[in-house]
Amino acid sequence: MSALIHPARRRPTRSVLWHVGALLVLALVLYPLFWVIGSSLKPNEDIVGGLELFPTQPVFDHYRKLTDGIADIPVSTFFVNSLVLAFGSVAGVLFSCSLAAYAFARIDFRGRNLLFSLMIGTLLLPYHVLIIPQYVLFQKMELINTYVPLLLGKYLATDAFFVFLMMQFMRNLPRELDEAARLDGCGHPRIYWHIMLPLSRPALITSSIFTFIWSWNDFLGPLLYLNEPDKYPVSMGLKMFIDQDSAADYGGMVAMSVLALLPVLAFFLAFQRYLVEGAATSGLKG
Amino acid sequence: MTDTQAAPAPSPPEERPAPRKAPAASGRRRARGENLAGYLFMSPWIVGFLLLTAGPMLASLYLAFTDYNLFDSPRWVGFENFTEMFSDPRWRKSVQVTTSYVLVGTPLKLAAALGVALLLNKPRRGQGFYRAAFYAPSLVGASVSIAIVWRALFSDDAVVDRSLQVFGVHVGGWIGDPDMVIYALVALTVWQFGAPMVIFLAGLQQVPRELYEAAQVDGASAWRRFRSITLPMISPVLFFNLLLETIHSFQIFASAYVVTNSKCGPADAGLVYTCYLYEQGWTNLRMGYASAMAWMLLISVGLVTAVLFWSQRRWVHYEEDIR
Repeated sequence: MSALIHPARRRPTRSVLWHVGALLVLALVLYPLFWVIGSSLKPNEDIVGGLELFPTQPVFDHYRKLTDGIADIPVSTFFVNSLVLAFGSVAGVLFSCSLAAYAFARIDFRGRNLLFSLMIGTLLLPYHVLIIPQYVLFQKMELINTYVPLLLGKYLATDAFFVFLMMQFMRNLPRELDEAARLDGCGHPRIYWHIMLPLSRPALITSSIFTFIWSWNDFLGPLLYLNEPDKYPVSMGLKMFIDQDSAADYGGMVAMSVLALLPVLAFFLAFQRYLVEGAATSGLKG
Repeated sequence: MTDTQAAPAPSPPEERPAPRKAPAASGRRRARGENLAGYLFMSPWIVGFLLLTAGPMLASLYLAFTDYNLFDSPRWVGFENFTEMFSDPRWRKSVQVTTSYVLVGTPLKLAAALGVALLLNKPRRGQGFYRAAFYAPSLVGASVSIAIVWRALFSDDAVVDRSLQVFGVHVGGWIGDPDMVIYALVALTVWQFGAPMVIFLAGLQQVPRELYEAAQVDGASAWRRFRSITLPMISPVLFFNLLLETIHSFQIFASAYVVTNSKCGPADAGLVYTCYLYEQGWTNLRMGYASAMAWMLLISVGLVTAVLFWSQRRWVHYEEDIR
């Protein structure tokens, strides 16, 4: 806007300089991402210490070798497991967090403020206070080595960030909609389902993508709760890779890293507007 | 939560919905309906809170005073776990490692975030592209993939080492060097500056343009404008980022664990607090000791949060103070 007010102050050389500067900083920041892609196409001996970022003669051996699997488990197994966990988490978050968000945004019930403070409190609570008793609980229920410990919380709205994000969004929707629906005899379930959910789509999409990516990246949860390699998600598959050939096969490890990053980067490219805005408005951390 | 009994005179919600037009009797019935609907909609959260948050918190408080190996029943030991902690050199080491990680990493990360936010603040062509591209590391930074990349980048004779040699600095492999491994972890957290950056950008957009124009008329330098206008105006956002990043940094686990090859070494140089907690709990099966450690973490984070909130009166300016 200020450029419109002061057209005389637009200086093209300054603008070019700015872009050169910004692109240099960006290149430095994105270097590790380019490095991992480039390295996955290099012969093993060039990966650590090779000076060029991308090889002149790309080799696809590392990807080809991955088809043999890791410790006799096909790589696809890890991906299927990660997808099950990620989509399972998304469904849970959409269901449970939107219900709580609707109640906070639109229902005037007794104790709402108390519950709201408790929910905000869980946002700041270090997760590590909970993992030991949660582990003991799931162990007593004989649920170790199942996906229940990794998914249950998603269906019980323990991700307070998303409750908060959806609530903020719903609060900004016009109240007249509810009032009109109420006059037509709609109760809360119908207002929630037919009015608020469809209108909250941007918040729901943002929450879904963050849930997907966090679940995909999660390491501590699977490390604690899963002990059979054929149930491992990609993050644990990568760790197996490290344990299996310590330092010997950098190529395979780097190629697997690229495959593990692909879904996240694809989601990011497709939905970056939602992600960046969602992060800015709610203070979400990646 | 049976809050209806517990709180006889609940304070009214800060913001009431539209005034009730119905007469008192049906108003009361409607209020009862609202309570029922509220608790029904909240029920997944309430169950989750009791089962996965409040219950476990009480349980971990109890376990912190016991000796518990997951198989035999917990044995009450009083404050033994806590007294042991203070004489445990590895616990002290983990506190020291985590403290330096938080103290070095958080300010650097916020500085990088603010610097790039200032760079991107003026409307320019391609603004959306830059903003998104700088945010990308925040999404993938916590993954095992990036931890592996980090190990490779910071190993002996690899990219980072060679680049520094150009400037005449020779460190060698950071990951294998007890003095340097913590800085490799710091670099990893600083690299994820995109998340606080977008929050800074949102804050910078709120600063009224007239303030800068008036200051410029008065002949204030760019630095002076930054110090006297930008910093005070974005101090609430700065506070928010500082709070979140600090709490977040205390809990670093996956990157430290994987970057250091599941050893949190070398020589415990990468032994962040949660790494030691994990080792005590799941490798040594000392769940009581680990619970006590978790409570010390909670208390420390709580204290730091309280100090930050206390300090904000001195340096955080909300809009009404300025105008």
